[in-house]
Amino acid sequence: MSLHQLTAHALLDLIKSGKTSPKEAYADVLMRVLAVDPKVKAYVHMAHCEPDFSGAMPIPIAIKDNLCTKQEEITCASRILKGFISPYDAGVIERVKNSGGTILGIVNMDEFAFGSSCETSCYGPTYNPWNLECVPGGSSGGSAASVAADEATWALGSDTGGSIRQPASFCGIVGLKPTYGRVSRYGLIAFASSLDQIGPLTKDVRDCALLMNIISGYDQRDSTSVNEAVPDYTKALVNDVRGLKIGIPKEAFVEGLNGEVRQAVEDSLNLLKKLGAVIKEVSLPHTPYAVATYYIVATAEASSNLARFDGVRFGLRAQPASVRKNALVDMYEETRSKGFGDEAKRRIMLGTYALSSGYYDAYYLRGQKARTLIKNDLDEVFKDCDVIMTPTSPTVSFKVGEKISDPLSMYLSDIYTIPANLAGIPAISIPCGFSKSGLPIGLQLMGKAFDEEMLLRVSYTYEQNTEWHLKKPNL
Amino acid sequence: MSQPMKPNELGLLTKEDVKYIAALARIDVQEDKLEGFTKTLGGIVQYVEQLQELDVENVKPTSHAVPVGNVFRPDVIKPSLTNQEALAIAVEAKDGSFKVPLVIE
Repeated sequence: MSLHQLTAHALLDLIKSGKTSPKEAYADVLMRVLAVDPKVKAYVHMAHCEPDFSGAMPIPIAIKDNLCTKQEEITCASRILKGFISPYDAGVIERVKNSGGTILGIVNMDEFAFGSSCETSCYGPTYNPWNLECVPGGSSGGSAASVAADEATWALGSDTGGSIRQPASFCGIVGLKPTYGRVSRYGLIAFASSLDQIGPLTKDVRDCALLMNIISGYDQRDSTSVNEAVPDYTKALVNDVRGLKIGIPKEAFVEGLNGEVRQAVEDSLNLLKKLGAVIKEVSLPHTPYAVATYYIVATAEASSNLARFDGVRFGLRAQPASVRKNALVDMYEETRSKGFGDEAKRRIMLGTYALSSGYYDAYYLRGQKARTLIKNDLDEVFKDCDVIMTPTSPTVSFKVGEKISDPLSMYLSDIYTIPANLAGIPAISIPCGFSKSGLPIGLQLMGKAFDEEMLLRVSYTYEQNTEWHLKKPNL
Repeated sequence: MSQPMKPNELGLLTKEDVKYIAALARIDVQEDKLEGFTKTLGGIVQYVEQLQELDVENVKPTSHAVPVGNVFRPDVIKPSLTNQEALAIAVEAKDGSFKVPLVIE
């Protein structure tokens, strides 16, 4: 195997034994980017700064375009932030750099993370390495595609409603959304502050644990960061699920779930049962309301967070040809109209509507109450289950252009991933099969708050007994 | 600005409503896009109508999944961006500040 194909832990072993150097590994991954990125289009630009190769964990990493990285242009794949050269590093970027991580470049995403296909990016879409006519998922589509195509050893993404797990599922890799507060959001350009969480996209479960070790921990600069001890996540990599209770929500296996995805998840369930896990049918009666709840809560927060992009300080500034209201208001409106794409405008307007006078109680407040009901359902099930298992997405990847003109059908592709964000609990997607058309299928496991270790243990056991994670796309 | 939307007409969005919402959000929606936004926003609003079926009597709203109160830090000056660093990427700057179009004549 070439260096760019290796997992981070395999690469580290080679470096430690002197068989390769961090610089050689970095150069090999860069060559891979040059060779295949013209087809995949995962990167929006390569890093401007030469990395320091002397650290303990010199792993080549791709960074999502919404994580502030010093001296790099960070735009959230939006025209409105073109020209924003970050003057500082996000908390996670500091941690990655301190560990010795070697940043390759900045990868594509849906504009402001608004999307499930990477098609709303101002740079144009990223393509799925398994089928270049298909989407990589989103919003962390560039992160997932870069790892699946061996254009990065691992990557960071962010997940507000499934934006790490769904692309991980579509691209056949591992993606974890940590517990809310586990990883600092300092320097993550906010979408929905009560839901956003940064997490790893990796080639296997061991790498997921290693990257979690690097990025987890309290940060005073994020007031929602939780000061809870960080375990060594690699200790959770135990090949044993005997006696563990896995909850299967009956609401997950209903109409709209693709037959091949259903079959792959049922096969996984049977395998875990054979390995000694106890399978329990459970009910999450309010989860059918999760998508509706999410699109109220998330857009309301987004409309407020994105009010800061107005042309005053940095990024784009536009002025209409003639005065409409007054010079300053005209500048705000023209900048926002030219700077935001249609999906961003749609979500900002939806959130503005949900928060507007006369509608606040009917939409936003009701959405927050529905959120409580969904969270209570999960709390109840976790009284007697160690993990909850569902598909990550109701379908495999779809064709570029297939859903872009129908926002609602796009939103419904997040039906299984949204509840974990609403409840703030951790959830992982791992590869669990392929469709007949050769597209990856993902399995989602949700866990109790701050119990990432349980997710890693079950995922690791599954991975040790399957070979899905070893498959590579032909590019 | 008058408010064209009337409460209790949930899920029914008109072009006027969309214009009003756009103005609140400081977005100038062009005439040729108005129809499309009215349709897609209306569809989503209709979809989220299903929340009206839920009995939320006596349910407390959740604004954050992890309950946290106010978080305070010691009031101590720490190193931060300099004025020069902060203005290095300004669209327009003058006298150490961000410059905007004239507000008061």
